[in-house]
Amino acid sequence: MEQHHHILSVLVENKAGVLSRVAGLFTRRGYNIFSLAVSPTEDDRYSRMTVVVDGDSSPIEQVTKQLNKLIPVIEIRELAAADAVERELLIATVKAGPEERSHLIDLVSIFDGQVIDVGVASVTVMVAGTPDGLDAVADLLAPYGISELQRTGRVALPRLIRGSRPLKAVKSSEQ
Amino acid sequence: MKLTGAQALIKSLELEGTEVVFGLPGGAILPVYDPLIDSSIRHILVRHEQGAGHMAEGYAHATGRPGVAIVTSGPAATNIVTPLCDAYMDSIPLVVITGQVPYSVIGTDAFQECDTVGITMPVTKHNWLITDPADIPEIVREAFHVATTGRPGPVLIDIPKDIAIDSMDWYWPDAVDLPGYKPTNKISTKLIKDAARLMGTAKKPVIYAGGGILKARAAEALRELAEMTGIPVVTTLMARGAFPDRHDLCLGMPGMHGNYTAITALQEADLLIALGSRFDDRVTGKVDAFAPNAKIIHVDIDPAEIGKVRRPDVPIVGDCRRVIEELVKAVRSDLEKRHWPDLIPWWSEIRTWQRDFPLYYEQEEDGPLKPQFVIEKLRDLSPDDTIVASGVGQHQMWASQHWKFDYPYTWVNSGGLGTMGFSVPAAIGAKVGRPDRTVWSIDGDGCFQMTAQELVTASAEQIPIKVAILNNAYLGMVRQWQEMFYEERYSEVYLSPDLPDYVKWAEAMGCVAFRVDAPEDVAPTIEKANAITDRPVVIDFRTDYREKVFPMVPAGASNSDVLPGPTPNGAK
Ligand SMILES: Cc1ncc(C[n+]2csc(CCOP(=O)(O)OP(=O)(O)O)c2C)c(N)n1
Ligand SMILES: [Mg+2]
Repeated sequence: MEQHHHILSVLVENKAGVLSRVAGLFTRRGYNIFSLAVSPTEDDRYSRMTVVVDGDSSPIEQVTKQLNKLIPVIEIRELAAADAVERELLIATVKAGPEERSHLIDLVSIFDGQVIDVGVASVTVMVAGTPDGLDAVADLLAPYGISELQRTGRVALPRLIRGSRPLKAVKSSEQ
Repeated sequence: MKLTGAQALIKSLELEGTEVVFGLPGGAILPVYDPLIDSSIRHILVRHEQGAGHMAEGYAHATGRPGVAIVTSGPAATNIVTPLCDAYMDSIPLVVITGQVPYSVIGTDAFQECDTVGITMPVTKHNWLITDPADIPEIVREAFHVATTGRPGPVLIDIPKDIAIDSMDWYWPDAVDLPGYKPTNKISTKLIKDAARLMGTAKKPVIYAGGGILKARAAEALRELAEMTGIPVVTTLMARGAFPDRHDLCLGMPGMHGNYTAITALQEADLLIALGSRFDDRVTGKVDAFAPNAKIIHVDIDPAEIGKVRRPDVPIVGDCRRVIEELVKAVRSDLEKRHWPDLIPWWSEIRTWQRDFPLYYEQEEDGPLKPQFVIEKLRDLSPDDTIVASGVGQHQMWASQHWKFDYPYTWVNSGGLGTMGFSVPAAIGAKVGRPDRTVWSIDGDGCFQMTAQELVTASAEQIPIKVAILNNAYLGMVRQWQEMFYEERYSEVYLSPDLPDYVKWAEAMGCVAFRVDAPEDVAPTIEKANAITDRPVVIDFRTDYREKVFPMVPAGASNSDVLPGPTPNGAK
C-alpha cells in the first residue's frame, strides 16, 4: 500500500442513496477516492464501505470527521496499513493460444489464482491478493497481451489483536 | 386510526409544534394542501419559493425554532435550493417539504419530476425520500430532531404524490432512533481546565464569538465569562447581538469589513477564545498570517470545525452554552487560586486603536445622502430591540457596522452564502415569528429587485415589515471592487436610481412608500414609517454611490494590512 493511502472502513446504514451521500461528500470537499468497495455485512441493516483515500489531497482527519457527520454513517475505522489485512480481486482476459495456456496456468497458480474461462485464443484468469501482489500479477500478465482487466478495489478489516496494540477507531459517538 | 399520508404529515408537523409554514402549492403537493385547510397551522402563501425558504430562515433566526416551508416538485424544489444552501452555510434549522411525482413513476422523467433528494444532498444536513406512508411520523420526527440538534441545519423531506394519498395506521413515535447520529453531550473536564489555565496566563486575550453562541442560546453565559475575566469580545457577522455592542468589553465586528480595533485585536492577540466561530476566510484574511502569535481555544459543537482551518491548542467539542458555563466555573476557581495577568496594558492598546480608528464617515449638510447616516438615524429612531434583516453588499456591511446590536436575535443576515435577495423575505419571516417587534429590512437596490415581490405576500398576509432601500443605483459592492482592484473599469454594475420607480412599485404591492434624497428628510420620514403598523412600508433612500465600505482587508491579504479608510484626524 502506498504511504499516502489511508484505508477507511466505514459501517453505514443499508439504505438507498448512502453511496451517493458518501461519494457526493468526497466530490464536494475535493477529496480523492483511490478505490471504493461496498459490500453487505453479516447484519443486513448495515453495509461496509472500504474507502481508500489519498491522504495528500485529503486531510484524513477532516475526511473522517466530515464522513461522520453523514447521518447514515454508523462507525468509521481508520486502518493504518500495519493494522489491517486487505485483499483485492483481479480478473483479466489474456491472449493465450493452446501452447501458451499451460504457462499461464502455472503463472497464476504461483499467486493462488485460477483460470475461470477459456476461449479459442484467450483465457480469463482470477487472482485474489494484496494490492501490491496484484500489481505484480498485472505486470507479469502484460507480455501475453491483456485484452481486459478489472480489479475490485480493496476490502480490509482490522488485524486481529495479538499483543496490546490498540486500533485507531473513530466512533460515531464522537460526533 | 387510518390517515392519508398527507394527513399524517400535517398532523406530524402539528405535533412537532409547527405554528406557521411558508409555501406555494402545485400538482405534486396537492394532496398535502388539502388537510392544511383543517389544520391549526398558519400557511403563508409566498410569491416565489425562494421567498418561502428565506422566510423560514428569517423565522428561525428570530425565534430559534425551526422554519418550515412546503413547496411542490420540480421547479419549486429547485427554487428553494438557494435558501437551503444559505441555511446550510449559516447553520439555520429548516424543515423543507417538497412534493414529488408519484413513487410509481419516479425515474421516468415524469412531468415536473426532478431528483430533489439528489440535488439537495450537498446543501442539507440530511434529506429523505418517503417511500411508504407508514414512515411519515417517524421521518418527520427525525427531520426536526436532526435540524435542531447538534449543529443545526436544513433538512428536506420529499414526498411522492401517491404516498401522500395512500393511507396508513396513525402512530406517533416516542423517540427517534438514528444510530449514526449522536451529537456530543459530554464535555471534557480536563480540556475545560486546560482552557481556564491558558486564559489565566494570557496577556492579550480576545474572545472571538461566532454564530454558535446564538445557536446555543449562550449570550448570557458569554457575558458572564467576559465580565468575570475582563477579556474583550469581538462578534462576527453571524454573532452580531450575541454580546451587546454598547458593552464596554465589546470591540464589535472583525473581518474583511470589520472595524479596525476588532481586526487588530485579533491579529495582535496572544490567545483567541473561539466560541462557536469557524475561522471563516472573511474573518481570518490570509490564514497563514492570521493572529500569528495567538494560542487558540476552539469550542464548537461540530467536531469537523475543530482543526479545519487552524489547529487549536485546546479543542473543545460541545454545546457553546454548556461549555461556557463550565468554563465560568473553572475560571472562577482558577481565579481564586492564582493571580491572572493584568489586562490594563492590553486594554490601553485597544483604547488607542478605538480612539484613532473609529468607524468614520462625513455627512455634509446639503451633500449627497450617506448610507451610514441613514443607518444611524434608523438605529436611533427605532426601538432598541428592533430586528434588522439585511441583504448582501455594501449596505449589509454598513448595517452591521453602524447599528448597535444590544440584544441577541436582532440581526438576520446571510453570512456564509451571501445571498442577494435574502433581506425582504427574511424580514417577513422574522416578523411572523416576532410580531411584537419592529422589523426593518435594510436592503440594497440590487438585492431588493431579486425578491421584492414578497412584499405582495407581506401586504396580503398583513405582515407589516419596513424596508429601507439604500439605493445607490449600483451593485455597489461589486463597483467598489472594480474601483479599487480593477482600475475603475466598471463592468455591468450600474442599475439606475429610478428604473424601477421603487415608490410606485412598492405602492403597487400594497405598501406605503416614501422617497428621501436630502439628509434633513431622513429622520422625519423614518418617524413616519415607524408610526405605520398596519402595512408594510418602503423607503427609497437615494444614497451617494461613491461611498465605499471601510475598513477593508483586501481579499487574500493579511489582516495586518487592513485599509482603515478615512479617519477623523487623519491617523494611519
Ligand atoms: C445572488 C447573488 N448574485 C450575485 C452576488 C454578488 N454580489 C455581491 S454584493 C452585490 C451587489 C449588491 O448590490 P446592492 O443590493 O445594490 O447592494 P450595495 O452593494 O449597492 O449596497 C453583488 C452583485 C451575490 N452576492 N448574490
Ligand atoms: Mg446598490
